Amino acid sequence: MKKYLYTILALGLSFGCQPEFNDPINEVGFYTSGEADFSNYVAVGNSLTAGYADNALYIEGQLNSFPSMLADKFSLAGGGDFNQPLVADNLGGLLANGQQIQGNRLVLEVTASSQNPAPIEGTPTTDIANHLEGTFNNMGIPGAKSYHLMANTYGNIGNLPAANPYFIRIASSNEATVIGDAVAQDPTFFTLWIGNNDILGFATSGGIGEDQTGNLDPSTYGNSDITDPNVFANIYNELLKALTANGAKGAVANIPDVTAIPYFTTVPYNAIPLDEATAAMLNQAYAPYNTGLQQAAFLGAISPEEATERTINFTVGQNPVVLLDEDLTDLTSINEGLTNMRQATNQDLIPLPVSSVLGTLADPSDPNSVIGVGVPLNDDQLLTASEIQLVVTAQTAYNTAIKALADQYDIAFVDIQSLMNTLAQGGVSFDGGTITNTFGTGGAFSLDGVHPTQRGYAVVANNFIRAINSKYNSDLPLVNPGSYPTIFVK
Amino acid sequence: MKNTMLIVLALLCFSVSYAGGYRIALQGQKQLAMGHTGVAVINSSELVFFNPSGLTFLNEKFTVSVGANLVFANISFQNQNYGWHTEDKNSAATPFNVYAAYKINEWVSVGLGIYTPYGSGVEYPKDWEGSHLINDISLASIFVQPTVAFKINDIVSIGGGPIFATGNVNFNRNIDRTTTDVNGNRTNVTIDKTGITAWGYNLGLTVKPTEKLTIGVNYRSKIQMDAKDGEADFQNVPEGGNLQGQFDQVTFDASLPLPAELTVGASYAINEKWLVAFDYNRVYWNAYEDLDVEFSNGQSSINPRNYKNSSTYRFGLQYNATPRLVLRGGYYFDESPVQSGYFAPETPRNDSNNFTGGFSFKLSDRFTIDASFLYIHFDEVEESYDHYQENGQNISFGGLYKNNGFVPGLGITYGF
Repeated sequence: MKKYLYTILALGLSFGCQPEFNDPINEVGFYTSGEADFSNYVAVGNSLTAGYADNALYIEGQLNSFPSMLADKFSLAGGGDFNQPLVADNLGGLLANGQQIQGNRLVLEVTASSQNPAPIEGTPTTDIANHLEGTFNNMGIPGAKSYHLMANTYGNIGNLPAANPYFIRIASSNEATVIGDAVAQDPTFFTLWIGNNDILGFATSGGIGEDQTGNLDPSTYGNSDITDPNVFANIYNELLKALTANGAKGAVANIPDVTAIPYFTTVPYNAIPLDEATAAMLNQAYAPYNTGLQQAAFLGAISPEEATERTINFTVGQNPVVLLDEDLTDLTSINEGLTNMRQATNQDLIPLPVSSVLGTLADPSDPNSVIGVGVPLNDDQLLTASEIQLVVTAQTAYNTAIKALADQYDIAFVDIQSLMNTLAQGGVSFDGGTITNTFGTGGAFSLDGVHPTQRGYAVVANNFIRAINSKYNSDLPLVNPGSYPTIFVK
Repeated sequence: MKNTMLIVLALLCFSVSYAGGYRIALQGQKQLAMGHTGVAVINSSELVFFNPSGLTFLNEKFTVSVGANLVFANISFQNQNYGWHTEDKNSAATPFNVYAAYKINEWVSVGLGIYTPYGSGVEYPKDWEGSHLINDISLASIFVQPTVAFKINDIVSIGGGPIFATGNVNFNRNIDRTTTDVNGNRTNVTIDKTGITAWGYNLGLTVKPTEKLTIGVNYRSKIQMDAKDGEADFQNVPEGGNLQGQFDQVTFDASLPLPAELTVGASYAINEKWLVAFDYNRVYWNAYEDLDVEFSNGQSSINPRNYKNSSTYRFGLQYNATPRLVLRGGYYFDESPVQSGYFAPETPRNDSNNFTGGFSFKLSDRFTIDASFLYIHFDEVEESYDHYQENGQNISFGGLYKNNGFVPGLGITYGF
């Protein structure tokens, strides 16, 4: 009888077998890699490749970096392991020998009356002095510009602050380059998305850096400068030459418009609401400045057009902020009161962080010191139309080079510029609605206003997958953006 | 022998999932082996469930049957668009039954049945792609049915009894597709309630127009299981979403129907050796319109199910091979009550073809061993659940599902 029972049990155990589909998707051959070989995928780039979001690199963001999403789909078509240099926690801040050098991630702090992004509390545990051994498929280095990928001082902790803390953690040696460490892994497939920071540093700093167009020596560039387009194109060519030297296939992405990110689209140029009495009072206060402009125009120091452009005028309703524009003619030699003031136009962009000071008192004891009204915004608190033009010119040149080199190296090209413009103009639909670039609620951008949310990265990943499928005749499935979170509430 | 039964009983955990909806048609080893026919089969005290009125036609003065089944029910899921593939965690379960019948005299018999006709036990990997619909569920019910049967004449008998039902529910799902705490832990809720009780009844009629032909009708009433003030445990709720503590110490009310079932059937003794049986079941699943969970914090979760009434067609054979050995076989076709677009992964089952077999072996004058085996075959099916909502928008979740089930069973009958 016992024997019989054991037989039943043994039979039963063998019946625990899972039903098999006629065409199981996880069986080799269901999805094909086409002409590509996904067995060893290495991603090269900046914060966007690393999975950076909410102003920090933290584990959850890394786990859902767009290269990680790609690797997950690649694994269905011959892809191998995808090893990422995970940080130590979900706080996201960085230490260097115990000293905090990078703030924690932003989370949405909700109270009964307000919702504000704020750094999450806690002491971060990721110390860049704790060097990670091994190789990493995700070589996305937050903050990296194009030329940084080839700089052999970029991972040397002795070279801080010029060196990069994220690369210091994983560089194979003090002299290692990002591209060198990537190529050393002998990738069969790569993604390269670089160049955003070559203009973004200039833009987010309010254009206080230099446009280095014409200067071919990137070692002399500052962090907020615009990289020379020829330098960019040369570097990009070198990067692709190195990545394709072993015959690897890959995909490259272009640079989105800075004007498409909520960092620049959230604070309106006419952010000042006024009633009639206040407007009249302010007009009176600015009357001497306006009169001075007329005199300067009469004297020929400025054109009548510039006098008109600079005239400050408030009305009932929403009013443009008052700002200082270094591109205006300096009249302080004529009259100290005639600073480079004008009111913003819809061509000017006000960076997101300014929203926290705009409308507050520069001097708490002086009710007339309202920032953006009585006290003009500084040059680093806005991106003027002429500064935007510098950015756009460089970006256009970069994107031309990226497309041309993608064609030359015969690799997949991903038009992220178009994607981001779509997010800004109507959005991308998904099974739970529409993803837009609206700050906070749109779903595409994290709380820093620059980097995508995980859902935003999912949309990016889908664009990579479509481009890869199209170029290499693979048939990788897409990711579902609806399965990925957006902003995090504390 | 006693030891064996103890081992089998020790494996009981009452929660399984198999057959249409959350009905578990495993109410006796002898009848299961015959395709779970039995409304018109005069075999044993399993009649307490299948048709109480038949008890009066039993030959034995007293008979008891005890049995249990080991259920291995498996679910595979894949979605080609996103490259998802998930298998449920196969956990074996053991529904059981105990039936006793006692013939007071020629005209009156009494009986008692304890059985587990409804239940469900599905566990998916935590946070799987459909975790906004279910992570895991365990439904269990035990029916206790005292029974009396009266023989009106040599041809007609009636019988029935009240059913006392007791049940448990434990259900966990993530509250949506994406919400987490700041560390990425998905926000989820477990509703749990044990000791839910309700009453119902079971009625039957047996007609034996000839010695060889038996006709039976049986009706088991709907039983509404109302869970009141169960525990709703929300985990990983972001602080900012719980400012008033609205997700702390929450209770819930919910209601789940165990639907009514009507069976008609007949059996025919071809000769001394052969008996054939046919049953038709109608289960009134339209009672299950939605799974509506009302939380004490004023929120609710309304999950349309919209089940339809379903039929099962059963065919069974019995062959008296030797005086000690009876062989049985059967087949049934089980219609799924789940309608297209309502394919929730807690019971993702389509129509199934079921093959059964088994035997009884007489150990002695009084003891018989009953063994059964059931194999459930489902074709793979492309289906979805289209009634989950985020921000007022229906979001479909689906793909290709394939189920199977293997159910060995063992029992013992004592009678004189």
